[in-house]
Amino acid sequence: MNMARKALLLDYRWCTGCHSCELACQVKNELPPDQFGIKLNQVGPWEYAPDTWEYSYFPVLTAQCNLCADRMAEGKLPSCVQHCQANCIQVLDASEAAKIAAGNGKTLMMTL
Amino acid sequence: MKESFVQETLQPRVVVEGNDLLRNDRGMVYFEHELPWEYEEDGCKVTRGSAWSAPGCHLGCGVLIYSKDSKVVRVEGDPENPYNQGRLCPRCVAVNEIVNNDKRLRYPMKRAHEDRGKDRWERISWDEALDTVEQRFNEYKEKYGAESVVFLQGTGRDIAAYISRLAWSFGSPNYTFSLSNVACFGPRIFAATMTTGVFTIGDYSQQFIDRYDNPEWRCPALTVVWGNNPVVANSDGAYGHWVTDVLQRGSKLLVIDPRLTWLAAHADCWLRIRPGSDGALALAMGNVMIEEGIYDKDFVDKWCYGFDEYATLCKEWTPERAEEVTWVPADKIREAARLLAENAPALLQWGVALDQREDCVFASRAVLCLFCITGNIEKPGSNIVGPELLKYITGWGRDLLSFDAEEKRIGTDELLIYKLGLQVASINKMIDHMIEQPEDYPIKASWIQTVNQIACGGVDNERTMQAFQNLEFNVFVDLFMTPSCMAFGDLVLPVTTYPERNGIRCGDGTQRGETINQAVPPLGECRSDMEINLELGRRWNPEGWPWESVEEMFTHILSETGMDFEGVRATAPSYLPFEYDKHEKGLLRPDGQVGFPTPTGRIELWSNGLDFMGFDPLPTYAEPTMTPYSQPELAEDYPLVLTTGARRHNTFHSENRQGAHLRAMHPEPAIQMAPELAAELGVAEGRWVWVEGPIGDTGRTARAKRVVELSPGMDKRVVSSDHGWWHPEADPEDLYDVAELNINNLISWASGETGVGCNYKCVLCKIYPVKEGE
Repeated sequence: MNMARKALLLDYRWCTGCHSCELACQVKNELPPDQFGIKLNQVGPWEYAPDTWEYSYFPVLTAQCNLCADRMAEGKLPSCVQHCQANCIQVLDASEAAKIAAGNGKTLMMTL
Repeated sequence: MKESFVQETLQPRVVVEGNDLLRNDRGMVYFEHELPWEYEEDGCKVTRGSAWSAPGCHLGCGVLIYSKDSKVVRVEGDPENPYNQGRLCPRCVAVNEIVNNDKRLRYPMKRAHEDRGKDRWERISWDEALDTVEQRFNEYKEKYGAESVVFLQGTGRDIAAYISRLAWSFGSPNYTFSLSNVACFGPRIFAATMTTGVFTIGDYSQQFIDRYDNPEWRCPALTVVWGNNPVVANSDGAYGHWVTDVLQRGSKLLVIDPRLTWLAAHADCWLRIRPGSDGALALAMGNVMIEEGIYDKDFVDKWCYGFDEYATLCKEWTPERAEEVTWVPADKIREAARLLAENAPALLQWGVALDQREDCVFASRAVLCLFCITGNIEKPGSNIVGPELLKYITGWGRDLLSFDAEEKRIGTDELLIYKLGLQVASINKMIDHMIEQPEDYPIKASWIQTVNQIACGGVDNERTMQAFQNLEFNVFVDLFMTPSCMAFGDLVLPVTTYPERNGIRCGDGTQRGETINQAVPPLGECRSDMEINLELGRRWNPEGWPWESVEEMFTHILSETGMDFEGVRATAPSYLPFEYDKHEKGLLRPDGQVGFPTPTGRIELWSNGLDFMGFDPLPTYAEPTMTPYSQPELAEDYPLVLTTGARRHNTFHSENRQGAHLRAMHPEPAIQMAPELAAELGVAEGRWVWVEGPIGDTGRTARAKRVVELSPGMDKRVVSSDHGWWHPEADPEDLYDVAELNINNLISWASGETGVGCNYKCVLCKIYPVKEGE
């Protein structure tokens, strides 16, 4: 098994704030409604230039996330990644995620 | 299989590669799964299949149902299914908390007529329940005619087909949809039929098994989201996040919405429209394209009829005039028109906002005409006619209804669209009828399946309650005890959720060969909607329901696939043959000629069908009846424009409120407003307020409680509310608080000129704080 540190890489241009990641995690990990392994956060909306808005969502990992180690061991994606409706989260080796982040921008890299 | 990469920063999704595909003798395309539809994994049974109601929506995603000891543990998206590619929305991800909910109905129950409204239900056997329904409906049929029994459905899902068949096989023409003036989908389909002769849907490659990799498909250069918020909820069989899929592949985005939705904030152009004025906006966009000569002249010359008359109408609608009506700046209208004209192919993702006003036929046509004069019909990446297995939207089983019975369908004598264009009865005329009870045509009983009318789609509860209380026998078929059933139900039949039953995924949009597969036994004595309707249907009309089992019935419906239910299940999802440019190949008209299935064979910008019915043949703008411009006096007391039915991630209409995780996401109904308006009203975010307004022209008013939610970017003259609210945790005998929660109480049962389309999206209101103790 690949023991390299894993990271979630979020392309925050595309997160629509649908909550699928939150629910997929809560159901998979049997968390109560007020606890999350990944939690959605909202920035904006505000208008910073005519017809130009800041309005973004950022799901972030919490202490209760283990990147679905059991699913990963079976070759599956973490539940939040698989169910992400906008396809904007992926799980990668941290070094690979850092490289993509550096080359692309508008990304948020999260490690445990 | 291969991985389809779009951008380095995005999660690759597995899609099917061409050479893995199999094809049967009917041209159905499918691929071989490594695992059967049911298998074991880590001590769980996994059942692969399609999701659908209840609880459900308009889609039917591919799911893997994980169950253990006959209980659903969780539901995951099926990564192999090209439709949703492993993704799921929160409602299906958390469906286990609805399936396993302790509030679900478990047994058939009855209640004495005099106990309506009281929580005094008595458990009965299925035999007693079905015998009672069979016999009582038969008694009314003998005494008053089959038309004295009405059959109602809620929003159209896979269950709808079996409800129409039940009504028509019983002999009643009075089958309908319980939303005022059937204001969802049907009116838009009618408007499209009067224009292109067919209903078209946006082409996101959903008709191809290999999806975005299909060599014939082209990514739209522009996606136009008009009157819906697809990343929150969606219809027409379109998975909402296909919009982000095509944006990621380079499509531009034009959004027409009164709210600054996430999509609006990320659009190349957002038009902040005054709710209800869409027709004027569309005509002004047509004006710009024609004045600037930037429409598709070749396509118009070849395929469109009535362009000169349409152009004359558009000429009246300068962007400056439209700005006054729509509250969208003239320059933004020009920008949007140019964006559409200069970016082909473009697809139209239109929504229920266009159905939910009295001018819906004309407004929907005005919007569709823009896509016709830009040639965005039947081309890759534009709007297409999707393949179908079952034309369920017009109902299933019409052949079972006699001509004599059809003559009695409510609404057809006054409303020509019902007589000539729709197969349902007018619910609005039906409500009038139930209240008035004319001696020569009484209504005595109702079959209410997938409907919770006093919490959700129904309007003006005072009148709705009066209508149903007037009936002698109301039968409900549902998952839960609902406010409507508690108010006027006499008998209730408990149904299964989708993981507890078999079915077929055969509905809106592009249809596929796909099955809903039972994973766990039904809770208590629950039965599926299809089993119930088959059982009752064959008691009344054995020839109309000749099947031994529901699976045999599904096989009959799936006959076009060349496979039986088991075969479709094993190969699912299987895809029907599809071609573009069908109008050029003679594939749209029944006579095999080229062109469109309209009287002229062309796209009718000037509609012969509407002219024949005595309606305006052009998409002329008419101000909806409950706006600040049509009701200036009322607007002095009720100055705000209210639009209802804003979708939320956690709920589908009146469903899902029993699930703890889902409920926590958005626990109470909201009224969204600009921060500037909240400041003027002196209310802060989170404050409970009353939203009060006149109920059409009834002279009465109604109000509903809402929590203030600030929505930056909105016009401060407009507010938006979610709908379908009740409190399943509240006192049943208070009807679960529905009297103070149903926002559609502010809307009337008026039929309007056409009898289709109702002002759910554009009425008047005022807002004031809820007082202590209210």
